[in-house]
Amino acid sequence: MADGHEGISRRNLLRAGLLAGAAAVAGCGWDGGPLLRPKLAGVSRFNDWVGEHLLLSGERLAPEWPVSARSAAMPNYHVAATTPTLEEPAAWALTVAGLVRKPMRLTLPMLQALPRVTYTVPHHCVEGWTTVATWSGVPVRAVAALAEPTDGAQHLRFDSFDRTEQGVPYYNGWDLKSAMHPQTILAYAFNDRPLMPEHGAPVRLYSPIKLGYKLTKYLTAMTFTRERPGGFWEDQGYPWLGGV
Amino acid sequence: MDAIAEAVPDAELPARRGVKRHHWIVRLTHWLNAIALTGLIASGLQIYQAFPHFGQKGNVYPVPNPFDMYAFPRWSRLGGWLAGGLQWHFALAWLFLVSGVLYVSYMLISGEWRTLLFRPRDVGPATQQQLYYLRIRKDHPPQGKHNALQKGAYTFIIALGALSLLTGFAIYKPVQLWWLTALFGGYELARYWHFVAVWLFVGFTLLHVALVFLVDPASIRSMITGWYRGRFPSHG
Repeated sequence: MADGHEGISRRNLLRAGLLAGAAAVAGCGWDGGPLLRPKLAGVSRFNDWVGEHLLLSGERLAPEWPVSARSAAMPNYHVAATTPTLEEPAAWALTVAGLVRKPMRLTLPMLQALPRVTYTVPHHCVEGWTTVATWSGVPVRAVAALAEPTDGAQHLRFDSFDRTEQGVPYYNGWDLKSAMHPQTILAYAFNDRPLMPEHGAPVRLYSPIKLGYKLTKYLTAMTFTRERPGGFWEDQGYPWLGGV
Repeated sequence: MDAIAEAVPDAELPARRGVKRHHWIVRLTHWLNAIALTGLIASGLQIYQAFPHFGQKGNVYPVPNPFDMYAFPRWSRLGGWLAGGLQWHFALAWLFLVSGVLYVSYMLISGEWRTLLFRPRDVGPATQQQLYYLRIRKDHPPQGKHNALQKGAYTFIIALGALSLLTGFAIYKPVQLWWLTALFGGYELARYWHFVAVWLFVGFTLLHVALVFLVDPASIRSMITGWYRGRFPSHG
């Protein structure tokens, strides 16, 4: 009896030692390796599901802040080496395509003629910082109402003319619930002025319910899809939902 | 009969296997927690690296932070880069949550919470225990499974675990859970309390491990097998 008890004790001690060893290895900047990395990505997808279906409200509005709370500066960011700009800004139009009854191309004046939403909100970056700014634009759902997505449309893909030096384009995949949120807009104004090139001119995606990397700048197209599109950073391991 | 029984004086060995001290749920959740917390802190430091300040970009809050701008050494971080750190953090948070809920449920259902929860009536005994440790009081104050200072320490650490989870959710979904975020003073401060909790956990763990080894090494075995054969069997 005593011997058996000792055996269990030793086995458990050994187990605890192995786990402690694993924890020590894990502590050395380790990313999980080929064995654990796919499992971590799987948990991340489960967290996306929890975020979309249990935590996200499709209608509740993010609280708005007073204009006086605006930050002095808004960091700018793109994957290209220099700020992406259009050679012919007047020729720009947003392509609305995919699983829709009425595919269309919308110019900037056409977007500006649609219902306009303006709000001052904190911007949440995945890195952990925030900045407060005012954004104006047309709700994505107003554009969707024009294009009439079919029943098969489950996701939205937003494309950009921002691309790395190697030619890898920036893009994002969205769930419809977040895209159809009343504060998710195609923004053409920042702090009451036309959107500047460093913030995604002529039009960028904006929403206070998503982290910054989900908010596609330098938009070229929004495409309704059945399959879930990935994303520039999402494909590299950032949470796909990216909701806040 | 066996070498260990012979080495220990009979007076300190009520039964050959000692006394049963910890239920398997307590032992399991203790070690799951040790693993989860180690990984959560390491991946949390990796995440902190992306913006080692508190407050808005370019408008840092005047909160005390000795680690402002500090780059934690690579060995202390988990995940390799921000995305890896986030994946580890949001995976281990489930382990932390589930083991915490399992442990607290067991304590409530078994009634064992009575031996552990620090209540107002424990203030007097805690003072006496402290006087004893300072050698002002000569005899050891009477106690149950835990003395009043231990109750205070363990109640604190459970509350700290709850604070970590709640501040974590507050900065994970500051818009959807805006009421929770507001409870902690907004996103920036909730992120700060989440970080403060790390150092309280680190301080507690250092003290906890030091006391185990210095005062009662036999308690390690009891947290693994459940059976205690050390110097304080009456505190079973």
